Amino acid sequence: MIHDLAPSLAGTNGSLIQIEHLTKVYQLGEVDVHALRGVSVNVSKGEFVAIMGASGSGKSTFMNILGCLDKPTKGSYLLEGIDVGKLSRDELAMIRNKKIGFVFQGFNLLSRTSALENVELPLFYGPTSNKIRKVKATEALERVGLGDRIHHYPNQLSGGQQQRVAIARSLVNDPSIILADEPTGNLDSRTSVEVMGIFQELNNNGITIILVTHEPDIAEFAKRHIVFRDGKIRADKVNSKPKIASEVIKDLPLIDDEEEAA
Amino acid sequence: MKILNIILSAFRALQRNKMRSFLTMLGIIIGVGAVIAMLAIGQGAEYSVKEQIAALGTNVLMVYPGAQQQAGVRSGAGSATTLTEDDALAISRECPAVQYISPGAFAGGQVIAGNLNWSTSIQGVGSDYLEIRQWLIEYGDFFTDQDIKAAAKVCILGRTVADNLFPDASPVDQTIRIRSVPFKVAGVLTKKGQNAMGQDQDDVILAPYTTVIRRLSHFPNLRFILVSATSLKDIAAAQTQISELLRMRHKIQQYDADDFTIRNQTDLAATATATTQVLTILLASIASVSLLVGGIGIMNIMLVSVTERTREIGIRMSIGARARDILTQFLIEALVLSLLGGITGIILGVVGSQVISSIAKWPTIITAFSIILSFGFSIAIGIFFGFYPARKAAMLNPIDALRYE
Repeated sequence: MIHDLAPSLAGTNGSLIQIEHLTKVYQLGEVDVHALRGVSVNVSKGEFVAIMGASGSGKSTFMNILGCLDKPTKGSYLLEGIDVGKLSRDELAMIRNKKIGFVFQGFNLLSRTSALENVELPLFYGPTSNKIRKVKATEALERVGLGDRIHHYPNQLSGGQQQRVAIARSLVNDPSIILADEPTGNLDSRTSVEVMGIFQELNNNGITIILVTHEPDIAEFAKRHIVFRDGKIRADKVNSKPKIASEVIKDLPLIDDEEEAA
Repeated sequence: MKILNIILSAFRALQRNKMRSFLTMLGIIIGVGAVIAMLAIGQGAEYSVKEQIAALGTNVLMVYPGAQQQAGVRSGAGSATTLTEDDALAISRECPAVQYISPGAFAGGQVIAGNLNWSTSIQGVGSDYLEIRQWLIEYGDFFTDQDIKAAAKVCILGRTVADNLFPDASPVDQTIRIRSVPFKVAGVLTKKGQNAMGQDQDDVILAPYTTVIRRLSHFPNLRFILVSATSLKDIAAAQTQISELLRMRHKIQQYDADDFTIRNQTDLAATATATTQVLTILLASIASVSLLVGGIGIMNIMLVSVTERTREIGIRMSIGARARDILTQFLIEALVLSLLGGITGIILGVVGSQVISSIAKWPTIITAFSIILSFGFSIAIGIFFGFYPARKAAMLNPIDALRYE
C-alpha cells in the first residue's frame, strides 16, 4: 500500500524522477534475461548522481530507461510526474528532445558537421526558429568554453573538446536532466577531470546530472552514489564530500589537449 | 523539423559523397534523358507523318472500283471495271459536298527523251488534279480541258523525272516518248518530296486521263476518282453522297456490297498516326526500363546510406527525432537525388534530341507533356524507391542504432 501511494506523494514533493519496482526482461531467443529486477529510486531536482556497477549489473539498461530510449517491462517511471511507460514512440521522442540531454562515451557527434550545427541539432526537432536556434547553440558552446571553436568540425577537435560539444548539445534545450553514459571513458585523466568540472559547474547552476561510470575516481565528483549489481540497487548513499574538479586539476600534471587537436 | 531545413541537410548529406551521389543520379539522368529523347523521336515521327498526309490534302477522298464478284467468286480490289467517266461527271454534278474531282488512270513505262531514258509511272488525271493535291506548276503550263477532251499528247513532268530526262535543258516544249508515243512536255511540277510511305512523289508524269486510257493503258474505265470535299468537316458528307450516288448508278440492291471503295486520308492519317504512336510508346517503354534501373540504383544507395549512418540515426533519435522525422529525412534525400537527376536528365534529353535531329536528320519534338511526364516519373521513382530504405531507417531501435559500429 505504501508503494501505491508513493507516486502521487512524490509527484507533489518536487521529485524529478520517481522509479518504482522497475523490471526489465529481455528475450534473447528462448532465454529471458532479467536486466533489472525491481529497482526503486527517487531523484530530486538539482542532484548529481553517479550510477556505478560492473558490466552486466543492469546500469546501462537502467540508463536507457531513464533516457526514455527503452520502456520498462514492469514498474513505473515518472519523469516530472509523467508516466513514461505509457507514452508512444513519438511522445518518448518528444520527452527526449525537451527534458533529457545525452552525453555518451563515444561523444556521438555527427562527423563532417560543425560544432555549432551539432549543438543546434536538438533544436531542429522542436519549434525553435532558425535565428534563435543559432543564438542558443552559440550560448551553449560558450557555456562549455568552446565559444571560439563553434565552426570547427569534430575531427578538428580533441577528445575533451568533442565531449564538451556533446555536453553543449545536451544543454541546448534546457533539459530537466543530463544523462551522461561513461562520459570520460574515452578521455585521459586530466581531460576527464576537466569534463567533470563542467558537469559540476552545470550542477551548481541547478541542472540535475545522472552519470553512469565504473570508475570510482570519477564517481567521487558526484554527490550521490547508486551502485547496481545483478539488476538491483545494492547501495544508495550520499557522497558527503565530493571532490571538486577545479581543485583536483591543480594537482594533475599538465597535458595540453591542444596538442591532440593540432 | 522544418521541411526547408530537411532539404538543406539532405543536400549536405549528398554533398558529403559527391561521387556516389552523382553516380546514383546518373542512372536517373540517363533514364529520364532516354525517355525524353525517345518521346521526342517518336513524336517527331508522328508529326512528320501527319505533316506529309496533310500535304496530300486531308480533305481528299479516293474512289476505287471494288472487287469483281461473279457467282460468289471475288477478284482483287480494283478488278471491277465499274468506275466510268460518267460516274465522275455525275459525282461532280450531283454531290454538293464535293468541290474538285479528277478522274484517274495510270500506266507505267519507259520514258525516253533524246539519249536519256527513265522508268516511271504515268498518272492520267483531270484538270482539277493540282487543286486537289495542292500542287503547283513550277514552270510551263498545266494541260487544259481542251487537251483532256481531245486526248492530247501533252504531259507534265515531276521534278525527279525532269531532272533525270533533262539534266541541263528546260524540258518545256520538248518531246518525250512514253512507250513509243510522243508527248509534248507542257510544264514541270514543283518539288513535293516523299510521301508518308517514303515514296518519291516527284517521280511521276501527269497526262490527261483520256490520253492515258486511249494511248497507253488501253483499260477502258477509270482506275480511280480523286475527289476533294468542300472542307475538312464535309468529308463524311461527301463520302455518303458519293456512296449513295454510285450505288444508285450501279444499281446495287439494298443488302448487296458496294462495287467500289471510298478511302479518305483521315483514315490513312489515323492509321499512320496510330502506327507512330505505337512506335513512340515502344521507344518510351524501352527507355523507361533504364529509368527503372536508375530507381533501383537509388534504392540500393539509400540502403547503403542507411546502414552507414545507423549511428547518426541513433544520435538523432536520442536527441528527439521522431520516426517520421527520420523517414522524411531519408525520403527527401532520395527525392533530391531523383529530382536533380530528373532535371539534369530533362536537359540532357532536350540537348540529346537536338543532336539527334541535326546529325541523323530526324525530326524530334519535345512536348511539355513529355517533360512533365519525365519529371513526374522521377518524383514517383524517388518516393517509391526511397520509401523502403527511409522506413527501414525510421524503424531502427535507437539503442541498437546508437551502439552500431
